Amino acid sequence: MGVLARVFEEAGMATVGLSLVRRQAENIKAPRFLHCQFPLGRPLGRPGDVAFQTDVIRRAFALLDRTDVPVIEDHPVVIEDEADLAASCTLPPRHDPDLHPAVDEVQGLRPAYNRHLEAAGGATAVGRVAGPDGIGDLVQRFVTLGETADLAAAGFDVDTVLAAGQDIRAYYEEAGLALSDHVPAARQLETWFYRHTRTGQVVRAAAKALETAGAERNAWYYLLPGNQHG
Amino acid sequence: MSADGSIRDRVGDIPTPEFSSTPVTTAPALSRARVAIVTTAGLRAAGDVRLWQPTDGSFTVLPGGARDVQLSHFSPNFDRTGFAADLDVVYPVDRLEEMAAAGEIGSVASRHLSFMGAQFDATFSTILLDSGPAAARVLREDGVDVVLLTPV
Repeated sequence: MGVLARVFEEAGMATVGLSLVRRQAENIKAPRFLHCQFPLGRPLGRPGDVAFQTDVIRRAFALLDRTDVPVIEDHPVVIEDEADLAASCTLPPRHDPDLHPAVDEVQGLRPAYNRHLEAAGGATAVGRVAGPDGIGDLVQRFVTLGETADLAAAGFDVDTVLAAGQDIRAYYEEAGLALSDHVPAARQLETWFYRHTRTGQVVRAAAKALETAGAERNAWYYLLPGNQHG
Repeated sequence: MSADGSIRDRVGDIPTPEFSSTPVTTAPALSRARVAIVTTAGLRAAGDVRLWQPTDGSFTVLPGGARDVQLSHFSPNFDRTGFAADLDVVYPVDRLEEMAAAGEIGSVASRHLSFMGAQFDATFSTILLDSGPAAARVLREDGVDVVLLTPV
């Protein structure tokens, strides 16, 4: 991001960046950064908090008057992720004994996913490989992946397995938002999904199987967040 | 250590190009400035479902009125639920519109841009020499004076 700041400044535009990794901001020597010790993925700090977000922007814009560049100011508030504390979301009871438990779980969460979709005006991150109707099939293919460690046997290549992994995660996290009475702290729904749901266990098992079989690193390493491996 | 803390430790010292100076442009008064957002979140316009590849140093143009943008960053190593609940926590386009309506900034650009951070190319040569200058032209053609950069 600091590289872009340099390019834009040279083109005659003033820039100010929000930084989430202070050492990177220091190293790149772009003119103005407001360092925000906020969760990765939330550079404005607090979803849904208009006043807080506006204050962040005002603090950033205040740096535009500074001539003692490069300058890095620290936002006074620190917000940490809470990956160690999974969100508390009720999972659906077993419904169809003929389905794999994870696939059954996907079907049971569909009403919650639909509620999120409606609340979000139709915006969703699900749909790279399959839409919501296809998430159960994707999970079944991840079950196969965990059993065979063979991308092709599960109908994937490296690109599509990563995209499918993002579809599944998004389906669960968006359903989880609908099951929560507030927006959970950063990474709480991530931990709920990977550590507390049957599908999360399936995805983790698939990644482990690929790693153990010596598959291309990108195919398993980027399938889930680094802290959720193992 | 938090999950993010581990990542900050890991990526904080990834080598970056070395620069001997810091280019700087003087901003106009904020009340007259035209402001654009350039994010490295890997956002794409609605309907474009491609996952952003970590070797892709290109950028996308996001219409200023669009709110149904897609988070297409390849990395799983950051929270995505904040964006799913409120896109302004990454892409504060509504906050800028409110500040323009209140007269705090002059105007909001008619289009914003997204790159994807966490590029595998540590030289950033594509962004420095090709896509970055091309993005600057897109912004200048829209009369942009000030750029707010947001990461994930």
